[in-house]
Amino acid sequence: MSVASGGQSNTTAKSEWGEGLRHGFPIACGYFFVSFTFGILGATLGFRWWETVLISMTNLTSAGQIAGVKTIAAGGSVFELALSQFIINLRYSLMGISLSQNVSEDVSGPRRMLLGFGITDEIYGVAASRRTPVTTPYFVGLMTLPYAGWTLGTLGGAVLGDVLPAAVTNVMTLAIYGMFIAIVVPAAKESRKVLFVTAIAVAVSCLMYYAPVLSEVSVGFAIIVSAVVAAAVGAWLFPVEDGPRETADEGGACRE
Amino acid sequence: MREVRAVSRFFVCALVMMLVTYLVRAIPFTVFRRKVRNRFFRSFLYYVPYAVLTAMTLPAALYATGSMAVAAVGLLAAAVLAYRGRGLVVVSLAACAAAGLATWVIHLLG
Repeated sequence: MSVASGGQSNTTAKSEWGEGLRHGFPIACGYFFVSFTFGILGATLGFRWWETVLISMTNLTSAGQIAGVKTIAAGGSVFELALSQFIINLRYSLMGISLSQNVSEDVSGPRRMLLGFGITDEIYGVAASRRTPVTTPYFVGLMTLPYAGWTLGTLGGAVLGDVLPAAVTNVMTLAIYGMFIAIVVPAAKESRKVLFVTAIAVAVSCLMYYAPVLSEVSVGFAIIVSAVVAAAVGAWLFPVEDGPRETADEGGACRE
Repeated sequence: MREVRAVSRFFVCALVMMLVTYLVRAIPFTVFRRKVRNRFFRSFLYYVPYAVLTAMTLPAALYATGSMAVAAVGLLAAAVLAYRGRGLVVVSLAACAAAGLATWVIHLLG
């Protein structure tokens, strides 16, 4: 992929790309480990190794992929699959909207269509909190190593998932949940509103899991219902005043 | 044991996943330049990630390791470290390490 940036000198583009690479390194390490457990999950659910790797290479998202492979393995309908992907990944729309406020002018429409693929929780977090506007080479650099880490980790897990003893793979499955906890707990600690929403999510999710009739509902729909109910109740009772934290500083406050 | 599943069904499903995930990401980023004004929708979008991640974790994670006690120990370790502000990698590793330790202890006792 070209990292040229229109109107900018080659040196600037290179240093922008290099900075993106550096910023992406810690994300890549985390992704490698987490996607390794996704690969194991795929193998456990009966996916061929290249199927799991292909899903990682074309989706680049943890929560959606997990729900996806579970839905596919459970024989869920294509509609259920599409709906679960839509709901679970809906947050990327918000992030995309937010990030669109903090990109350099060199990031044209077609380029946005390419870069949009790389919006993940962590890549977005780094890019949106950048003090200077995000350029094309910076964002390409930023998504390069995490993409490689996500792909290779999945490959490792998908191949070794069958080889490693069950006790090890069982325990490693927790890594991905550990990542979720690492995102949710600090936010819930900081905001009682988020804590309230997560409490509702747990309640509804448990209801969907244990209640006699509701537990018949497939995993994908259970996640959708839990998330939509919790987020809607949260939005109804505790509307966000200044917009999400992600968009609160849009309009140039974080630009110098 | 491998489940025998048609490759064609996989490709249809993989294509659907890819398209939905990509479009949800790329379209707003490409098209949208203004702020979301609807307060409810804005708030809803703000809460969605936390609601999704929580709903995916509980209670499913408790059944992920084959032993509820082992999973609970791992999740608790992760929660404590996350509460203390540790990063993604540390929290993930701690969940596995604590669960591994719990597996070992249970093995010794049993």
